[in-house]
Amino acid sequence: MLIIKNGDYETLRRHGEETYPFECCGALLGRFRDGNRVVDDVIRCNNTRADRPQDRYNIDLKELLAIQRQADERGLEIVGFYHSHPDHPAQWSQTDFAEAHWLSCSYVITAVEKGSAALTNSFVLAGSSEEDKRLESEAITVLSLEESESQCR
Amino acid sequence: MSLRINIPAPLRRYTEGQGLVEVSGNSVGSALASLVELHPSLRSQLYTDEGRLRAFVNVYLNDEDVRFLEKMETTVKADDVISIVPSIAGG
Repeated sequence: MLIIKNGDYETLRRHGEETYPFECCGALLGRFRDGNRVVDDVIRCNNTRADRPQDRYNIDLKELLAIQRQADERGLEIVGFYHSHPDHPAQWSQTDFAEAHWLSCSYVITAVEKGSAALTNSFVLAGSSEEDKRLESEAITVLSLEESESQCR
Repeated sequence: MSLRINIPAPLRRYTEGQGLVEVSGNSVGSALASLVELHPSLRSQLYTDEGRLRAFVNVYLNDEDVRFLEKMETTVKADDVISIVPSIAGG
C-alpha cells in the first residue's frame, strides 16, 4: 500500500496538470513501514525527454543523485516515483515496465485528461531481481491533515 | 584504502539495511568488487551473468558519472563516496 498525505497527493496530481500535454515526473521520499510505502515528501523533477515529452519521461541522474542525498540527510528513503499519462489511462506501459528498476518502490501514474488530473493509480515493483520483477497494483491511502498528524505522533 | 559506497533504497535489503558501506579499493571497479565480496547477493543485482554492469546501474564518484571519467578504472582516494544510482524513466 502507498500511504500519502492529501497535500502531497494533490501536489503530484497538480504537477501533471501543469506540464500537460507533456508528462511530469518526480520522486517520493518517505519510509518503508510494515510492507507499505509511507510518503513524507514529494519532490518534483524535470522531465528530460525533450524529444518526446508527451509520452516519455526521464529523470536526470544528477537530479536523482541529489534527491538520494537529500533523502539520506533527512533520514528518509526514496520509496517511489510518479509520472503522468497525458490523455492516456493510468496504467503502466511496456516502457514503464522495461524502465522500472527500483524494486519494492511505488510507481504512481496519474491520467491527465484534457489538462485535468483524472484517475491516479499506484503499482509496486515486486520481485527480487530484473528477471522476476513485476508491477503489481496497490491501494493508495490518502491521509487527511488530522490523520497525517496522528501518524507522526 | 577505504572509502564508502552509497547504496540506493532497493538494494539495502542486500546490505543488511546499510545505506553506506565501507569498502576497500584503488579504483571504482575494485571498490565495487569489494562491495560484492562483502555482500555477495548484490552481484546479480548489479551485474549480468557475463559480469557486465547492468545497463540501468549508474555509478557516480562523488559528483561525476564514471562513464565520463575512466569508467571502472577510475582511481579513487580515501574519503571518496561512490554512489549507485539506478535509472528512472518510462513512458
